[in-house]
Amino acid sequence: MRDVSMYKVETKATWCPGCGDFAVLRGIQMALAALEINPNDVLVVSGIGCSSNLPGFLKSYGFHGIHGRAIPVATGAKLVNPDLNVIVAGGDGDGYGIGLNHWVHAMRRNFDITYIVMNNQIYGLTTGQASPTTEKGQRSKSTPAGVIELPINPISMALVTGSTFVARAFSGDADHLAKMVELGIKHKGFSLVDVLSPCVTYNKHNTYQWFRERIYRLEDNGHNTKNLDDAIKKSYEWDAKIPIGVFYETDRTTYEDEEPGLKRGPVVSQPLGISQELGKELLEEFE
Amino acid sequence: MPKTEVVVRIAGAAGDGIASTGESFARVASRSGLHVFAYNSYQSVIRGGFVWLQVRAGDKKIYSQGDEPDFLIALNQDEASRHGPAMPSGSGIFYNSDKIKIDNSMVKERVKLYPLPIKDLSVKYGQNPVMQNTVALGALTKILMMNFDMVVSVIKDTFGDKNKAIVDANIGVAQAGYDYASSHWESINFSPKYDYDSRRPVLTGNQAISLGAAAAGCKFYSAYPMTPATSILHWMAAHSEKCGIVVKQMEDEISVLNMTIGAGFAGARAMCGTSGGGFALMTEAVGLAAITETPVVIVTSQRGGPSTGLPTKTEQGDLFQVLGASQGDYPKIVIAPSTVEDCFYATAEAFNLAERYQLPVILMSDLYLSEHMETVSNINFNVGIDRGLIATSNGNDGHFKRYAFTENGVSPRSLPGMEGLTHVAASDDHDETGALISDALTNEETRVRIMDKRMRKMQYALKELPPPKLLGPPDADITLVGWGSTYSVLRETADVLAKNGVTANHLQIRYIWPFHDEAVEKILSNAKRILDVEGNYSGQLAKLIRMETGIKIERKLLKYDGEPFYPNQVVKKAMEVAKA
Repeated sequence: MRDVSMYKVETKATWCPGCGDFAVLRGIQMALAALEINPNDVLVVSGIGCSSNLPGFLKSYGFHGIHGRAIPVATGAKLVNPDLNVIVAGGDGDGYGIGLNHWVHAMRRNFDITYIVMNNQIYGLTTGQASPTTEKGQRSKSTPAGVIELPINPISMALVTGSTFVARAFSGDADHLAKMVELGIKHKGFSLVDVLSPCVTYNKHNTYQWFRERIYRLEDNGHNTKNLDDAIKKSYEWDAKIPIGVFYETDRTTYEDEEPGLKRGPVVSQPLGISQELGKELLEEFE
Repeated sequence: MPKTEVVVRIAGAAGDGIASTGESFARVASRSGLHVFAYNSYQSVIRGGFVWLQVRAGDKKIYSQGDEPDFLIALNQDEASRHGPAMPSGSGIFYNSDKIKIDNSMVKERVKLYPLPIKDLSVKYGQNPVMQNTVALGALTKILMMNFDMVVSVIKDTFGDKNKAIVDANIGVAQAGYDYASSHWESINFSPKYDYDSRRPVLTGNQAISLGAAAAGCKFYSAYPMTPATSILHWMAAHSEKCGIVVKQMEDEISVLNMTIGAGFAGARAMCGTSGGGFALMTEAVGLAAITETPVVIVTSQRGGPSTGLPTKTEQGDLFQVLGASQGDYPKIVIAPSTVEDCFYATAEAFNLAERYQLPVILMSDLYLSEHMETVSNINFNVGIDRGLIATSNGNDGHFKRYAFTENGVSPRSLPGMEGLTHVAASDDHDETGALISDALTNEETRVRIMDKRMRKMQYALKELPPPKLLGPPDADITLVGWGSTYSVLRETADVLAKNGVTANHLQIRYIWPFHDEAVEKILSNAKRILDVEGNYSGQLAKLIRMETGIKIERKLLKYDGEPFYPNQVVKKAMEVAKA
């Protein structure tokens, strides 16, 4: 166990007081401390949104990219340097809306990265429009008569798309959240930690109180995390009771392990260029 | 006078094996010590359509596919009927006389017909339909008095990984074609200077880009399949393990460039490739590379636009898309390589510039340059690698100034994994340490300083990049102006004009951005008559020149029919302009 202060910076998080994202920041710092990973071996990548400001609030390498594109940046870095611990952090709009395409493909590829989604079911930074996880019927600035479409179910989607670790956490249960992040980082393969992270300013429906009335822990319920069918069944629970914890975990070879270009180790550590002999051989193919 | 140069056109439908026959002839010529230039005009169909490939070979450097062919190999009736009547006097047509009907009334006077009874000639070898190509290749090499051993060696290397029966059958039918020609027709007096010890590689622009990237230490390549950039992906994927390059086909071009930026940020030399439509999707991330000061190389190979446009046809219509890509002002370097050989060196140079200035470098090719084949003479893998400024150590961890204000705007960068040099690279604008100045901590003064810092790179890059030179006599009658792939045809045009008593010189713009305004202004203000030659509708380079120098070029030869320039098209226009 390292000292959590190792992962802290002077810059104060700019989130609204009471924002669920504070617990996620703390959870990541606690998980890294527990796993004894040095800040310089961590790369936290984000997109755009309130939650995507997170890399600036902790000590590690960070890349704060453009809206929805955190996963491609993260996987590019991971593929050239698999020794890095790569964490992607962002919101539901960033990951399940504009960036959904990349998320789905990253899961089927099983890159060894950890994806933490601060899911507040609203667009916060743009002051309160419906997001892909806003519930049907909910009113927002962009849906004054109520949302007409169904929300994305990130847990079921991750399960059927090949994510090898699927968990949900709640910002109102900070230690459990930190544990989920820790398990996610430890897992070899793609990990999704969907965090119910209330927006105290723009989502007056899915509040801490609303969640507290519904949430229960899967591990207290004898849930078998190795059984995909059970996990899928649990992923549909929402309105009356909402499960948190690990839904599913399995072993599958990672993308990096099978990548031919990495046979000689991380390419960032390989010598650059082509020897005259290899160059000659490459040119002979065209003679 | 003996011929020292020959132009051969092979025409048929997609799926007829035209490209491989053309490539075989190109390699036979190259293995005989000749220079070769080949262009394949094809369509976005896998079977059918009208496809033709033109190969020009000779003992001097060849600058284009040439104009009228000396020989046509017609692979079906449609193409025999389409191309046959246009064949010039003195030329010849090879065709499968079992299936194709041509008589002297269909062709011009003194066009020699070479009917080949393919069935009889290939019956021993199983009569595979594509064998007609190999029979014709054998017959052609006999008529050209070329060394048949080279045909055998090319067939062996082409089919080497298949079984011996296939190799033997192909050699058999080529020999049958050769022997049939020998006993039926006279050879022509084609006597270039042969050199069987000199084998120049026959490369496309895309293959040269791939080799240049490998030479420069490219360790990551990403793409989404898109003509005409796809063959870079193919070469990279095929050589991934051998060259230690991670190659990733992604779900779209948005992810392609973002992933390349991730790889560049993590410390790999990283490149991606696409065409105009894919580049449009990448646009937002081009600015991301610039503001995070992440080195990346982006290849965009142009094809006919707008939208899906002409997917398999050439054009130079994306100059303003590339210059205008992404919001805001930001530093970038745009290079338009001019030849296949230049594709190799420009790519290697792009990696050095990207890392030295920590910015996106965009290489602009087009279908013609990316896909035509050419013999190249000078490929040296020792390209020189300069990784730019890398931070080494830092005593005050957490206060590493990743974006330190420096004189030339370049700050030493650290790579993830390096101890004590953590920082956040942000798409929001930021201060020297990387801390955001965009929202809560807005700071007008820092914003101006960081913008100025980034943009200073362009002043320094402009000083470093060699200004364009005028090729040919300084006081010529006419100055030809072009960019990118038109280099070769303009060079040939200047030679042809000289033979016709018109002196021409030639300005080819290679560095599109930053733009050498002073050098270009100086050259053009001394020109007698200027002809701008571009493969687009609006004369985009001419607009850029006017924007940067105030010089308006009145005379233009613009082509946007999807086909490349042919020397006689440019010569005709240049003669008009020179005599005006």
